[in-house]
Amino acid sequence: MRFRNLAELVAVAEQEKKPMYEIMIEEHVNETGQTREQVIQTMTDSFDVMVASVQRGLTEDIKSFSGLTGGDAKRVYEYAQKGKTLLGKQATEAVAMALSTSEVNAAMGLVVATPTAGSCGILPGVLSSLRESLGLEKEQLVLGMFTAAAVGYVVANNASISGAGGGCQAEVGSATAMAAAAAVELAGGSPEQAIQAAGLALKNVLGLVCDPVAGLVEVPCIIRNGFGSVLALAGADMALAGVRSVIPPDEVILAMYNIGKQMPVELRETAMGGLATTPTGKKIEKQIYGDELNEA
Amino acid sequence: MSSFRHSFDIIGPVMIGPSSSHTAGAARLGRMARSLFGRQPEVAEITLYGSFAKTYKGHGTDVALVAGLLDFETHDPRIPDSLKIAESLDFHVTFRPGRPNPDFHPNTARISLKAGEDAFELLGCSIGGGAVEVLEIYGFQVKITGSYPTLVIPHADRYGVVAAVTAILSAHQLNISTMEVARRGRGSDALMVIGTDEMPPDDAVAAIQSLDAVRQVARINPS
Repeated sequence: MRFRNLAELVAVAEQEKKPMYEIMIEEHVNETGQTREQVIQTMTDSFDVMVASVQRGLTEDIKSFSGLTGGDAKRVYEYAQKGKTLLGKQATEAVAMALSTSEVNAAMGLVVATPTAGSCGILPGVLSSLRESLGLEKEQLVLGMFTAAAVGYVVANNASISGAGGGCQAEVGSATAMAAAAAVELAGGSPEQAIQAAGLALKNVLGLVCDPVAGLVEVPCIIRNGFGSVLALAGADMALAGVRSVIPPDEVILAMYNIGKQMPVELRETAMGGLATTPTGKKIEKQIYGDELNEA
Repeated sequence: MSSFRHSFDIIGPVMIGPSSSHTAGAARLGRMARSLFGRQPEVAEITLYGSFAKTYKGHGTDVALVAGLLDFETHDPRIPDSLKIAESLDFHVTFRPGRPNPDFHPNTARISLKAGEDAFELLGCSIGGGAVEVLEIYGFQVKITGSYPTLVIPHADRYGVVAAVTAILSAHQLNISTMEVARRGRGSDALMVIGTDEMPPDDAVAAIQSLDAVRQVARINPS
């Protein structure tokens, strides 16, 4: 790889006068020896799985294995079709589609981890929404996935994309930063604007803990995916308007890493704190497992 | 070296939910153990640490580890039914929580396998987004990510074994990207872990297998 952080990625992209997704594709070809066509085909296959998971949650009656979640994606989508939403139709649809993929995930359905399964709704939500608002073709959206991958690559290698490692900021936060950068490049913004969007979006979820009720990837994960999609779009809009993160995006990633290390184990995907240990959280846990989980 | 190497370590895997580290990563760890063991185990004892130990039922970690040991990939629709499938194959699996170890990654598992007289043990962790690292096999410290083709070769510590193996890879025009060699003591058990750019073909593996000092050759496919 010709880059280890976002600043180096932008430097390469600017020097070669290419979008970040082009750099990421070139690096992939170089790293794996596959052809450009093969690499793009693999990403297109993932895109197709993503679209199918979005559709499934909007058309089928999804119920998670625990019975705790499902159906909210449909609710929000139908509400968006009535046209009078506070966020506007397309942002509300992004929420619906993010919820949709996450609900399918909780039902042990087929999804693409972007970068994780717990945060698998955000990128599909944002891409699906952009498809409509910007009138983009599938081929362009697939390229945007490489932008997202480039940002995710930097975050994963310099910080963490694991809730157990760094809390929800490492999962929903990383996904939001990735989607924000993809949105900027798909909207025609520069590589510099794309990483600013990633930095701005990630800043807003710093400190977010991973506190899954009953240890399930359901509450609060699904709803946080819905919010993440809107946050990514907002970050992209701010960056496209020229807003810059005063703390450089690479330093935001470093801050995320350090916060994750400082986070107590109870708040890193162990179901031992936060929402998981609220009276209702404990009650749900008991309903699902009896006392089994605590013995483990 | 970076643990996440390219786009599909970030976008992907395509997987059965609900958790990339607790489900997909667990399935990959199980499948790597299966590949390294080289056959369907009859008995598995799995010790879970950290977040794995606390939330394994909610995330389907148990189901996914067993699916991997049955050689299922992360997107196999049979994953949710793996425990029943194992039962039908007389494959016995037990899970137990391990003593907390602050040196371990929060999602760590020790997998002990048996079939007939053969036994195997692996320590590995799921580091996020479905990526995994194997940290220990046959008591040797290793670092195997499974994101590129890897040969794992337990052998006797003798002069010329390493050269013979690399000569076979060279004759098949296979480029070695990484290589680790370790031994327990002079003339004792040793282990080679070799990363290659392309998957070594069957005849290359057979040639290595036929070397006197080589005990076993396991191939790990990138998934």
